[in-house]
Amino acid sequence: MLDRVKEKMDDRKKVQMDHPTGRVETSAGTKIQSRKVNMWYDQTQALFDVSLDIPDRTVTALIGPSGCGKSTFLRALNRMNDTIPGTRLTGQIVLDGVDIYKGDLDPVQLRAQVGMVFQKPNPFPKSIYDNIAYGPRIHGLATSKSVLDGIVETSLQKAGLWDEVKDRLTEPGTGLSGGQQQRLVIARAIAVSPEVILMDEPASALDPIATGRIEELIHELRENYCIVIVTHSMQQAARVSQRTAFFHLGKLIEVGDTADIFTNPKEQKTQDYISGRFG
Amino acid sequence: MSSRETLFGIPAPDWADPAMQRRMRRRHGGTHRLRWLGIAAITGAIGLLLLLLVSIFSIGYSAFTQTVVTIDAPVAAEFIDADDITESNWNRMARAAIATLFPDDAAGVRDPDYREVLSRGGYNVIRNTLRDRVIANPELVGETLRITVQTADPFDQLAKGLVRRDTPEDRRRVNNRQIAFYDMLVEEGRIERRLNFWLLTNTDNRFPEMAGLAGALRGSAFALMVCFLISFPMGIATAVYLEEFAPKNWATDLIEVNINNLAAVPSIVFGLLGLAVFLNFFGLPRSAPLVGGMVLALMTLPTIIIATRAALKAVPPSIREGALGIGASPVQVMTHHVLPLAMPGILTGTIIGLAQALGETAPLLLIGMNTFITDVPEDVFSKSTALPTQIYIWFDSPERGFVSRTAAAIMVLLGFLLFMNAAAIFLRARLERRW
Ligand SMILES: Nc1ncnc2c1ncn2[C@@H]1O[C@H](COP(=O)(O)OP(=O)(O)O)[C@@H](O)[C@H]1O
Ligand SMILES: [Mg+2]
Repeated sequence: MLDRVKEKMDDRKKVQMDHPTGRVETSAGTKIQSRKVNMWYDQTQALFDVSLDIPDRTVTALIGPSGCGKSTFLRALNRMNDTIPGTRLTGQIVLDGVDIYKGDLDPVQLRAQVGMVFQKPNPFPKSIYDNIAYGPRIHGLATSKSVLDGIVETSLQKAGLWDEVKDRLTEPGTGLSGGQQQRLVIARAIAVSPEVILMDEPASALDPIATGRIEELIHELRENYCIVIVTHSMQQAARVSQRTAFFHLGKLIEVGDTADIFTNPKEQKTQDYISGRFG
Repeated sequence: MSSRETLFGIPAPDWADPAMQRRMRRRHGGTHRLRWLGIAAITGAIGLLLLLLVSIFSIGYSAFTQTVVTIDAPVAAEFIDADDITESNWNRMARAAIATLFPDDAAGVRDPDYREVLSRGGYNVIRNTLRDRVIANPELVGETLRITVQTADPFDQLAKGLVRRDTPEDRRRVNNRQIAFYDMLVEEGRIERRLNFWLLTNTDNRFPEMAGLAGALRGSAFALMVCFLISFPMGIATAVYLEEFAPKNWATDLIEVNINNLAAVPSIVFGLLGLAVFLNFFGLPRSAPLVGGMVLALMTLPTIIIATRAALKAVPPSIREGALGIGASPVQVMTHHVLPLAMPGILTGTIIGLAQALGETAPLLLIGMNTFITDVPEDVFSKSTALPTQIYIWFDSPERGFVSRTAAAIMVLLGFLLFMNAAAIFLRARLERRW
């Protein structure tokens, strides 16, 4: 049973967004490609010419001082910024060869494909089960109750939460501890078979032990998903990511393999930030 | 000065200094005075409220009982039409029944003094009771029927001690002969005080002892129902659109300002609007709860819109982001997450709006819901009064008996308001997010 659900979820992953307009060639292994992305909140420009390739099945960390535009860039990747009035974006963001800001792309579909985990855990005020089942339900992923049960179980297992909650699925999700809630919302994202998971400082509201569990989880999820994580902790970036992008004042200063960025940065600004001279 | 060393040249407060102690006393005194002022204000407010309630209650409580006379009405064969029982002379039978109560000195069945003791509306009650029961069961011919009817209002007042016997006869509403008759009835055990259920089950009547609120209650219920059915969906739809979907520009700003202004428009203006638009232009029926409800809906709308917007604002944005983040459409975010969470606040606002509407009088006067109507309205198109307009009508009536009935009707209205507010609190507690 469970295997079938897993297969089904993997199958869905292979389905590409089929789209007449805005097809763009990207290099092999690139999941998301941004080119000259500029973004404004009303009159204030928050991103300047950001061009960044994000590889699949990799954890990419976005680091940089507060207010440098990390969250803004992350939220541009699933068009979450659309919900803020007065935002404007130029440039190109390509997911699987499709420009997500072009033409008739449906942001609702995009957001199911590009899941998001926020800084503060935000489970719905519903039961643990319903928290996970909500996404599959609205997308019609489950044909029967048993399939839905399977999706819920698999998602919770993938998020490393199943053993802790399997006996209390009907209890409110908001009754869990902060770390459990964060894993619950990760499971909630997994349940709609995303290809990309965006995480905006997912551990900053958690204690060190819960943080450790989330980091382990990110490590495991890398095998199946493209993960982009914003973090203000350089240690965390070093621990969980393979690629690191350093932002400063809305500009992408440097991007490279995490090991290189931390040991051998090319830019002076990166060097200064990493050695704690500002930020 | 200070016993402590100063740090960085900043003077430390010297609590032992007499000037400092005086200042401290003044500061504490200020707190003290403010508290007493507050307590005095609250006591004053509660006192005024109590005064109001006590005055209404002291006038109105007597209307919750009614003095009745029990008649043993003979169903005499002489009044019965042997061929067709339905054609019998029920009027004469009723008059004869009443006359059985009269003392020997009565000037026949039409004695002008004595016949005034029973409610004139009660005469109809006796006739109709006799007719209905005898036609249903002709075996009763030759027997007597026990019938209980209200006394006329002056005798109700006499029974309640509101008409005083020591007033000179020419300034009293009941004369000595009538009092003697009344006392005789008391002695015979025919006079009783009953709980006045008629107040709720009877419709309006020219005679206060017969008048009740049934029509007004139903009229108010119909009007509130119409008001709810219009203002609740419209209010929520407007608030949801303005709060969640409308672009923020000068047009929506203007709408917002005007909605807030609308909440402050005197209700009589809405009545004028209802008169001009609903009655004169659309030709809807006068005095109908439908139109009343529509006018009240205009007044309730801004209340519901404002309450709904506040409730929507109070839903944490993280819930919206969470739902959007897994691919819920904006409408799904609204209907699945935001509205359910906002519902307690919306319902509280709605009930408070409806409670205001229930007590609203002026707009209903303008659309003619203050007409004398003796039927319970059958539907929202029937002519009807409402509770507040019924109070207004009774207040305006010259009969003494309507004084206490007006107060009693106010108490009924207050009772309903209390009930609605309790329902709002209950709903709020029940629906409030429990986790
Ligand atoms: N909703 C918003 N409205 C206006 N300005 C915003 C909004 N969100 C972020 N900004 C501005 O955009 C810039 C980048 O913010 P953000 O992306 O949140 O930074 P980071 O996540 O790196 O701390 C900041 O200057 C911030 O003030
Ligand atoms: Mg941020």
